[in-house]
Amino acid sequence: MTRSVRRTRRPRRTPTVAAAAVAALLALSACGSADSDAGGGGAAEKLSGTVTVFAAASLKESFTALGERFEQAHPGTRVTFSFGGSDTLAASITGGAPADVFAAASPKTMKTVTDAGGTDGAPATFARNRLEIATLPGNPHHVSALKDLTAPGLKVVLCDRTVPCGSAARTALDAAGVDLTPVSYEEDVKSALNKVVLKEADAAVVYRTDVRAAGDKVEGVDFPESARAVNDYPIALLKDAPNAAAAKAFIALVRSADGRRTLTGAGFVEP
Amino acid sequence: MSGPRGGARTAPLPLLLPAVAGLAFLLLPLIALLVRTPWSTLPDQLTSTEVWQALRLSLLCATSATVLSLVVGVPLAWLLARTDFPGRGLVRALVTLPLVLPPVVGGVALLLAFGRNGVVGQWLDAWFGITIPFTTTGVVLAETFVAMPFLVISVEGTLRAADPRYEEAAATLGASRFTAFRRVTLPLIAPGVAAGAVLAWARALGEFGATITFAGNFPGRTQTMPLAVYLALQNDPAAAIALSLVLLAVSIAVLAGLRDRWMTAS
Repeated sequence: MTRSVRRTRRPRRTPTVAAAAVAALLALSACGSADSDAGGGGAAEKLSGTVTVFAAASLKESFTALGERFEQAHPGTRVTFSFGGSDTLAASITGGAPADVFAAASPKTMKTVTDAGGTDGAPATFARNRLEIATLPGNPHHVSALKDLTAPGLKVVLCDRTVPCGSAARTALDAAGVDLTPVSYEEDVKSALNKVVLKEADAAVVYRTDVRAAGDKVEGVDFPESARAVNDYPIALLKDAPNAAAAKAFIALVRSADGRRTLTGAGFVEP
Repeated sequence: MSGPRGGARTAPLPLLLPAVAGLAFLLLPLIALLVRTPWSTLPDQLTSTEVWQALRLSLLCATSATVLSLVVGVPLAWLLARTDFPGRGLVRALVTLPLVLPPVVGGVALLLAFGRNGVVGQWLDAWFGITIPFTTTGVVLAETFVAMPFLVISVEGTLRAADPRYEEAAATLGASRFTAFRRVTLPLIAPGVAAGAVLAWARALGEFGATITFAGNFPGRTQTMPLAVYLALQNDPAAAIALSLVLLAVSIAVLAGLRDRWMTAS
């Protein structure tokens, strides 16, 4: 209620500080989206309503921050997120869930949506993620490479190979020639990480971004084979997007210099 | 259950219509599952050893969880129904808590209690070298935690409905309270115990969240059918449907079989 009242009170084209900020932001991001159908006057276009973003669980921290920045830059808009396993999200989108934007943790899951004709235009890679070993704080078992994970008595959890982090871990382990039997194949990367955070497992192979997000509850160990299993993160506007204009602007923000800074700050690698 | 044909003829419309609507609502998703089942690839799915491994583990764990629930749940129900102690209402509410708790949260709570670093678990580890997470025991405990409230509620309800005067009569004839429970009360409430056990078993068989959180997922050790179904759903929905069908068929066979044998007495 209050939001709509405020919106009607403010004259549409008054060059307030906020509007200037919007214009600057759109100008910054314009290089990323040249297909703006609003033409030259696009910067003055007033965005409103809710943008629904379905995003991979590993994007939670960075996208939440970008969502808040988007709402500040575009008063009257709201960004709502549904974070989850990319495959689950892809299945809900092809099943008809009303979403505007899909950001997946792997090209394979994005492909299930594009194959079903669910996206508007081709998806763009906006970030990359690498694997890291998450160990207990202080690395008490002195893990420095993948082969150290096979030490007897060490409890290691991996993601199940049906989810992106699991297939990436499998690729890296194969590249290192390490035959590892974990105590559990977890259903997604956050539950794999949580097993180490709760000290139930001694180590997990997860994304670098998850290690960052966990702060000092885990310690990250980089390993050279992670370069062999880099995950591309694609983002796309969805065909049946209820709020396509605002969705485009959000994608532009993710792909802008500002968006990249946020993503690399969270541990992602630039595409 | 006397004369089902005569019963249907006399069922009043205000009861019959919602009943049929309710039945349709429950059955439609199952029918949809059957309609979309990839029958041609079904034989391939069913010959995979991982499926039978998961099914065997599911049945074993659900049955163990039910037995464990019976051993501690029936006495707990008796305590709630037949004795009076301060805070009994609160205890009853606490017993139903696992029904309200999202199962994944239940799994985390179990880790915090019985995990390697948990409140109780760290002593189990230090004193006996026992760690429960990532083991089949962990699956049984997770399923018991989620399923036992069904049994307790069901048995307590039956106990309250049962006439306590039979027990009082047994007591006047010199039976101890435990003998009265064993020889009089238990046979009296047997149908309620059976119904509760069936509920608990069915809930344990379908348990997913607490199991995967507390016991993890490893084929042959902690991967029960619901876990196998969920993970298959990630990249092969057809396989997931086939697996669900197996789980449904087995549970229907078991439940229908038990119902005829045990529960017609009521």
